[in-house]
Amino acid sequence: MRSDARPLSPHLQVYRWPLTMALSILHRVTGVGLCAGAILLVWWLSAAAQGPAAYDGMQHFLASWLGRALIFCWSVALFYHLCNGLRHLWWDTGRGFDPQSFDRVSYIVIAGTAVLTAIAWAAVIMHGRG
Amino acid sequence: MSDTRMRSPLGRAVGLGSAKEGVEHWWMQRITAIALVPLTVWFVIAVIGLTGADRAALVEWMHHPLPAVLMILVIVATFYHAALGLQVVIEDYLDNETLRLGMMIVMRLAAVALAALGIFAVLKLSFGA
Repeated sequence: MRSDARPLSPHLQVYRWPLTMALSILHRVTGVGLCAGAILLVWWLSAAAQGPAAYDGMQHFLASWLGRALIFCWSVALFYHLCNGLRHLWWDTGRGFDPQSFDRVSYIVIAGTAVLTAIAWAAVIMHGRG
Repeated sequence: MSDTRMRSPLGRAVGLGSAKEGVEHWWMQRITAIALVPLTVWFVIAVIGLTGADRAALVEWMHHPLPAVLMILVIVATFYHAALGLQVVIEDYLDNETLRLGMMIVMRLAAVALAALGIFAVLKLSFGA
């Protein structure tokens, strides 16, 4: 019997999207996005190592509208991946799998991301003034 | 990957098992994740401190051993963790065997090359100008 003629189970689009499902795929999306951030980090370090001209060019780009948007997205992705990553490590201990925990910890992860992002950018602004 | 490290005694005795080298992947993903928790906190604080710094200030900062070593650790843990994560993404979404193998090779080589580039930059900033 040909295996591809078998009936398929319903796929993703059939289901209502619970919060945990959105957060789960967001972990992967931010993970891939953070790879771009890692490339940006190496690019920045390399520019600095290359010399003042290259470093100034990089700083100019980072200070631009696009550069700032990239860094902001990077920071949100980093804090989300960090918070949800801690949740994954907690899951690895075998805890947090009941429906109540799923939703409660989901909100904690979202709130943690927002708070860490706000603190970091407040620190950037205060540092810039001081 | 060696098939003797980080495996249960039964797994070692029976051989590869269905996932072959999955146990080590799982463990290394966790170990790099745990390392990246404090490293990320340090990195964010360090970058905020460097906001608007000119190159001379960055070079001076990199001359201290702790920032240089921690930055290298950030690079190593990040690219190791990224390669493990991207591996799973490639395995999940690429059906075609040739394409999957090709992407896996490109991804791993790129991860190693970028990490080497980053480490070299840190060392040059730390020891040189």
